[in-house]
Amino acid sequence: MVATFSSTGKDTFVGSPRSRVDGPAKVTGLAKYAGEFAAPDLAHGYVVSSAIAKGRIKAIDTAAAEAVPGVVKVFTHENRPRTAWLNYNYQDAVAPPGAPFRALYDDKIHYSGQPVALVVAEDFETARHAASLVSLDYEAEEPLTDTEAARDLAYRPSMNRNGIKPPPKPWGDPDQAYDQAPVKIREDYRLAIEHHNPMEPHASTVVYEGDGRYTVYDKIQGVSNSQGYLASVFGLNKDDLRVMNPYLGGGFGSGLRPQYQLFLAMLAARELERSVRVVLTRDQMWSFTYRPDALQTITLGAAQDGTLQALRHDAIEGTSHFEDYQEVVVNWAAILYKCDNVELTYRLAKLDTFTPGDMRAPGAVTGVFAIETAMDELAYATGQDPIRLRLKNYTEHDQTMQDKPFGSKALKSCFAQGAERFGWDKRDPEPRAMRDGRELVGWGMATGVWESMMMQTSAHAILTADGKLEVGNSTGDLGTGTYTILTQIAADTLGLTMEDVTTKLGDTRLPEAPVAGGSWTAASSGTAVMKACRDVGEQVFRLARQMENSPLANVDFDRVAFTDGRIEVAGDPGRSVTLVEAMRAGGVDRLEATAQAAPDKDFNDAYEAYTHSAIFAEVKVDEELGQVRLTRIVSAVAAGKILNPKTARSQILGGVVMGIGSALEEESMLDHRLGRFMNHNLGEYHVPVNADIYDIDVIFVEEEDKANPLGVKGLGEIGIVGTAGAIANAVFHATGKRIRHLPITVDKIIG
Amino acid sequence: MLIESGSPVPADTRVGISLTINGETRALQVAPWTSLLDLLREQLDLTGTKKGCDHGQCGACTVLINGIRVNSCLTLAVMKDGAEITTVEGLSALAAGGAGANGLHPIQDAFIAHDAFQCGYCTSGQLCSSVGLMNEGHAHSRDEIREAMSGNLCRCGAYTNIVDAIEDVMQAGTTPAGAPQGAAR
Repeated sequence: MVATFSSTGKDTFVGSPRSRVDGPAKVTGLAKYAGEFAAPDLAHGYVVSSAIAKGRIKAIDTAAAEAVPGVVKVFTHENRPRTAWLNYNYQDAVAPPGAPFRALYDDKIHYSGQPVALVVAEDFETARHAASLVSLDYEAEEPLTDTEAARDLAYRPSMNRNGIKPPPKPWGDPDQAYDQAPVKIREDYRLAIEHHNPMEPHASTVVYEGDGRYTVYDKIQGVSNSQGYLASVFGLNKDDLRVMNPYLGGGFGSGLRPQYQLFLAMLAARELERSVRVVLTRDQMWSFTYRPDALQTITLGAAQDGTLQALRHDAIEGTSHFEDYQEVVVNWAAILYKCDNVELTYRLAKLDTFTPGDMRAPGAVTGVFAIETAMDELAYATGQDPIRLRLKNYTEHDQTMQDKPFGSKALKSCFAQGAERFGWDKRDPEPRAMRDGRELVGWGMATGVWESMMMQTSAHAILTADGKLEVGNSTGDLGTGTYTILTQIAADTLGLTMEDVTTKLGDTRLPEAPVAGGSWTAASSGTAVMKACRDVGEQVFRLARQMENSPLANVDFDRVAFTDGRIEVAGDPGRSVTLVEAMRAGGVDRLEATAQAAPDKDFNDAYEAYTHSAIFAEVKVDEELGQVRLTRIVSAVAAGKILNPKTARSQILGGVVMGIGSALEEESMLDHRLGRFMNHNLGEYHVPVNADIYDIDVIFVEEEDKANPLGVKGLGEIGIVGTAGAIANAVFHATGKRIRHLPITVDKIIG
Repeated sequence: MLIESGSPVPADTRVGISLTINGETRALQVAPWTSLLDLLREQLDLTGTKKGCDHGQCGACTVLINGIRVNSCLTLAVMKDGAEITTVEGLSALAAGGAGANGLHPIQDAFIAHDAFQCGYCTSGQLCSSVGLMNEGHAHSRDEIREAMSGNLCRCGAYTNIVDAIEDVMQAGTTPAGAPQGAAR
């Protein structure tokens, strides 16, 4: 296994805890984010947002704004420069089916907070002030933003979203099996709308380089997507558009698609022929994508011993009027549990909101919360331990995919190791049985699951005569640790130190890679970097072998190892050549290779690939006040090979913390009369703060996987999936109150 | 109407102030409505201090003013005439025994060692807030650190690592110098 990515046969860096290579830049403030790049002629754009959710603009008066000294121009739908005509041109690389939103397109208002004007001024404060002077007269219509009220209008999407598996065809007879089952559970589950709210608000800086050329700094999880979008929308040549984003102040999915501030900044820069920056305010972070509300019903029929006999998961999820956003909500139950009678349905309901989007473990957070709560209910209904119930219905095959086996599934180890670390065997299953002073103590558990994916990705490696290596591609590091793991992989592959390696990301001049998302980056970019380095290694090896009296003469490539800056005969370190000597002898300054990585078709034909986890949560609930403290959580994760236990652990910590947010705090509240999110700030939209987070214990269980040469399965999502279920189950155990509508707030506990 | 800095603000509305920023005293002309945060980021190119909400709700803009941690987004620059301001860019100079071998303040080193950040956008504020917290001297336990660091949001969820890093530096007794007498919240 080791030898698959390290030709030395020993991993020096891969698999060991390493500090982030981008750490020094981030702790000194030198790391620059999209809204922080300057240009001599930089103008500042400030967005005016719609005050109504539906209707049209009757009149827009920009005179007062334009009269403010320092205002350069006010863009509205009335003076918008022409851009591409067809909807097709606005579809970015990860767009769902539909006609993407176009800012300042016409007088129609599609959702509250829609950008209706861009004020461009010489400085930020002037733009902000002038924006407050833009006056709008609307003709308002009644909006529909309540998914529940749109229930009867729900429909099956006519076109599936690329890469999103629709529910499988039903099998068996779930309705009859449910009718005949001795134990029945049928309940509704919901999760409040959440907004991603990365700490860095969305921002784009378009630097005009003259002659129709632009350098764009965009908050995006993959610059190639922004480049393609801009080229298509503005009819520009990709060669004239360099898009960069070396650092991303968090994304969690909000930066997968180019957002409207990019369109507006480019629109203004092109028209004004000068550099323009547009930064959204925190309030405006509620004016685009979000995790949708879903109306879910889980139906379980089981034998007295808990064996599942019938399983239904029905969900209706909100989307916009202009696009059919889709995510995998209902398939998870049948991926996790074996059952002979299953039906899964997923429908959409049109709302007067922006299009929802992927937010950390999209769909899985929603659906797995529901099934994992329902399984806890079944455990109580059948009087057995929740882990035992899950093992009783355990499966080694994916029924949603013609019963294909999983490539690897160490979930049983997750249950065992997580339970042991948590002390699960000391649990008294009776609700309200455990107490600590005035607080009720609850212990709950749940399973997490996420698809392990790989994407077509390229990367390059450049070795220079000083023995330094550069690797990279255009994907983004959202804080995930991509810079660091790619550096580790590259260093091990060519036997260099991590200091010898520079990893570059987030630049369209680098080989193309997809957006960073779906937990696929480590597998995809990691494999591509490893292959590019091996290619460079072969090139140096050929030079080394051609040297006069080469100690490597007559040795094949597969018999050499790269270690300590040298190529040596495996097992005979006395016979070696340094990389620098070989390049000097060959008279070359640099050796370069670009390699592609793609999903392994043979593997994918034979197996399904998922990461799994078992989450154990302890809550303490103030009996009188209903206040919940999440005092302890253990997340045991099976995700294949762990490249860097330090950054990997942080990925899980982050997922768990966001899961705590969805369970106990996060809720974007719509006033359905206005169709508007009312708590659009971080004072009223609660995310976990330091005082909310106690102990989080992360376990990586051993798991060998062969989907890619690195053996990695991805970690970005798995930490959040199931966490809310474990917490909700712990709240039930503490209080005897089953809460099926997240977040679990005081009013629901004492109400 | 444009004046030399490129700003359209009429010259007569500007106020002359003096700020010592990261040890360098600067004479500045600022509009009365310019926040300290916007002054740092937009006019002085000190973009290490971050704008996360502009409402005093996230802490990303935390800087030290005379050793006390403050949300620079809620502070008008003109209010701080004569003040000493430390941003993340100047943190290493505050280290008591001088910066470490790599030129960093111990809290910066500890953040790297404990992986106390991911995306890095809240980090400058977390670091300045950590130094401010140590200057205050009120937090002694883990619980007290967690409570006193709750004005600094981290959406990546690095909280436990942030507390580990602060605890580490506090236990090593390398509390930074530069705190004025009686500096308190």
